[in-house]
Amino acid sequence: MELFGIAVGLLGMFVGFGVLIGLLFGFFGMGGSFLVTPALLVMGYPTDVAVASGLAFVFGTSVIATLKHRDLGQVDYKLGVLMIAGTTAGIEVGRIGLHLMQDLGVANTFVSVTYVALLGGIGAFITRNALTDGSSGLSHDAEAEEPEKEELPEIAQTIQSYEIPPMISLRGGVTVSLWMILLVAFATGLLSGLLGVGGGFIRMPALFYLVGVPVPVAVGTDLFEIVFSGGIGSFLYAMDGAVDLTIVAPLLAGSAFGARLGAAATSIVDEEEIKVYFGVMLLLGAIAVAVREIGGAVEMPILDTVSLIIILGAATLVSGAVVVSSIRELRREEQAAPQPAD
Amino acid sequence: MFGIETLGGSVGAVVLIGIVLLEAIVLYVGYGALERFLGPRIARLLRGE
Repeated sequence: MELFGIAVGLLGMFVGFGVLIGLLFGFFGMGGSFLVTPALLVMGYPTDVAVASGLAFVFGTSVIATLKHRDLGQVDYKLGVLMIAGTTAGIEVGRIGLHLMQDLGVANTFVSVTYVALLGGIGAFITRNALTDGSSGLSHDAEAEEPEKEELPEIAQTIQSYEIPPMISLRGGVTVSLWMILLVAFATGLLSGLLGVGGGFIRMPALFYLVGVPVPVAVGTDLFEIVFSGGIGSFLYAMDGAVDLTIVAPLLAGSAFGARLGAAATSIVDEEEIKVYFGVMLLLGAIAVAVREIGGAVEMPILDTVSLIIILGAATLVSGAVVVSSIRELRREEQAAPQPAD
Repeated sequence: MFGIETLGGSVGAVVLIGIVLLEAIVLYVGYGALERFLGPRIARLLRGE
């Protein structure tokens, strides 16, 4: 049985998968194309359709998640516009660098090794931070909206100490030099351009650890930027007819729901433990990418499926942890609330 | 889907991106209304009240 030109079973699977991705996207501001494109590839879709449909889906989900974060006052448009400018320049330079490496015949090795090292490195850094020092890790606490200077990561304090005018005031009471923001944006864009990835997993931690804005603002602003990068990217692919609406529409229907849950969870979850899961998800992502690359090198397609199972398992684990922590926090608040006198 | 395949090049791309954007906004508004209507009940349920 078909609905809108797609089998009902597949439609349901896409909607369910969308809920899972939307939850992670709304909560962390990352994880869209990272999850969708490999899944579509393993399902047998051609590469251009998988990449283009993944990108169009990320565009739609980022619109929804940004609107939700805007309602919560977690989008800094000034920072977003500056990040777009710096990132775009960085992506262009990265793309040129990638072409140069392709000419030298070292692009594939460089991209694979850097991608795995970066995912694993950021994952290990966040996990170590969460396990050893709660004060400087990722935090969605309401009080983190206005962090004290000493609560900021050390590197963010150093960046904020360079008072090169003009100075820019950001949400969360943060003041940073315009040039430092552009430098961070350029560096994250450079990595995105070199690796050919969306870059949410680089940019969101960079906004928190380097620029020093609170995590909810880092997530909201990152999503705002993805609206533009995803929109332009999917438009370019759509011109070649590579975007498949029968994939994008049901995924989006599910992720819209998940993104609301994820974004709402950012304001209720006290997630010291979630930080660990987030770091572990990146670490497992690094392992999954490494397995896929090894599969490509030794021509063992089965490793693509193993890679996808690792990614989906990690995503399910983390989104489950977000939901469980949200419910636990709601119940804790209820128990802590003063009971009415009889 | 919806006959968009017949449109080519940049016109087709604009229509397609427009549809994705429209779907996103409709879903945002729709789920928002649903959240306002059912949200408090679900929150109470989750709190175990």
